[in-house]
Amino acid sequence: MKLRITPDGLPIYQQIINQVKYLAASGRLVPGDELPAIRVLAEQLLVNPNTVAKAYRELEAQGVVESRHGSGTYLSREGSPLKKKELLKALQERTDTLLAEGLQMGIELEEILELVRQRYENMQISHNKKGDK
Amino acid sequence: MCAGTNGNIVEVKGLSREFDEKKALKEVDFILPQGVVMGLVGENGAGKTTLIKHLLGLLRAQSGSVRVFGQDPVKDPVSVLSRIGYLSEDREMLDWMTLDELMAFTAAFYPDWDWKYADHLVDTFRLDRKNRICNNSRGQRAQAGLILAVAHHPDLLLLDEPSSGLDPIVRRDILSEIIHAVTDAGKTVLFSSHLLDEVERVADTVTLISGGKMILTSPMDDLLNNYREFQVKLPQTVSSFPSLPGLLRAEGKDNEWTVLVDSNPDVFKNLLQTKNIQMLSERHLSLNDIFIAKVGRPVQNDNEEF
Repeated sequence: MKLRITPDGLPIYQQIINQVKYLAASGRLVPGDELPAIRVLAEQLLVNPNTVAKAYRELEAQGVVESRHGSGTYLSREGSPLKKKELLKALQERTDTLLAEGLQMGIELEEILELVRQRYENMQISHNKKGDK
Repeated sequence: MCAGTNGNIVEVKGLSREFDEKKALKEVDFILPQGVVMGLVGENGAGKTTLIKHLLGLLRAQSGSVRVFGQDPVKDPVSVLSRIGYLSEDREMLDWMTLDELMAFTAAFYPDWDWKYADHLVDTFRLDRKNRICNNSRGQRAQAGLILAVAHHPDLLLLDEPSSGLDPIVRRDILSEIIHAVTDAGKTVLFSSHLLDEVERVADTVTLISGGKMILTSPMDDLLNNYREFQVKLPQTVSSFPSLPGLLRAEGKDNEWTVLVDSNPDVFKNLLQTKNIQMLSERHLSLNDIFIAKVGRPVQNDNEEF
């Protein structure tokens, strides 16, 4: 699992959460895959182990991963247990931010939607490439 | 492992210090709980080194009290210092000795000196044991200093600007040893640094000190979560931004403003909504941004990335 921490103001635990979700969404992590142990990831990323623990706890609460006692942390099989409505609500805020930034830059709604579609396809391509290997 | 009272490794109360009538520390209260990695951040001359020297018993409290492991480091230097590992920016060492000699010399002071661990680090850093310390490069000196600071598995690691002026590889070694100290046995670490991206990675708690005064102490995540910058659009033109709870600073004119917030951002966003203020964008602040917002100027110097 390749993660990269950058000093861009986003809390490090949040960066870990986002990147694990990205790896899962793009198929680079598949259900049942084991995530590195907390201390291993902490030493690899050179971040405080409590930070990694916090990210894992949060990912577990969101249903992205599940921890099996004494054996580690795995990407969940059934995906997020949250209700669809809750999930959409969680996305709403980020959609607002995206729209606000885009529209303020003078980019049309259609162009923003096109960009979202493009990025989605991009994600799928990198997934398929991995599958071809 | 016996900590002081309440599981605190360090307790400083009302500590003040003057050098030639210049106040270096003003009524400082400071607590370091066991198992915490505390980043001590402040501009040059803020009082970081002065505070650390008090913890080592190198300076006597002029007023106030200093307790480390529940003891006074000036009165009980042997029992306190045997449990502390210390690395300073100057990396003062008996540098006419070879690394082997210096390790043997240092090991004699510490009953818990771990030769296996020390040897492992010498190999990891690829240091020459037979070379005199004074013939080493700056980075090698820092690595040697690090070995001397950690090889007795101290309960408290005090690092005063450990990465100052070092290349990224040696800085990595130092960070890696801090992480190792925490993952291994829940040791307590206090380190001061100008390199805020380093502090952000490694520390779980941050203390900001400026002009000899404590500005704030906070869990890192809370700090980074709460400080946000919003671009907002008001329903009408104003000459000064309305004062709202949690608002730290506002810049702008007419109806477009940039505001800095230092409390729960969700509460603030709701507040904006009730006031009919439109949020255009939202940005997290880095530790560096937060420092500038609180102290009014940057921490300065060599802030290169890995």
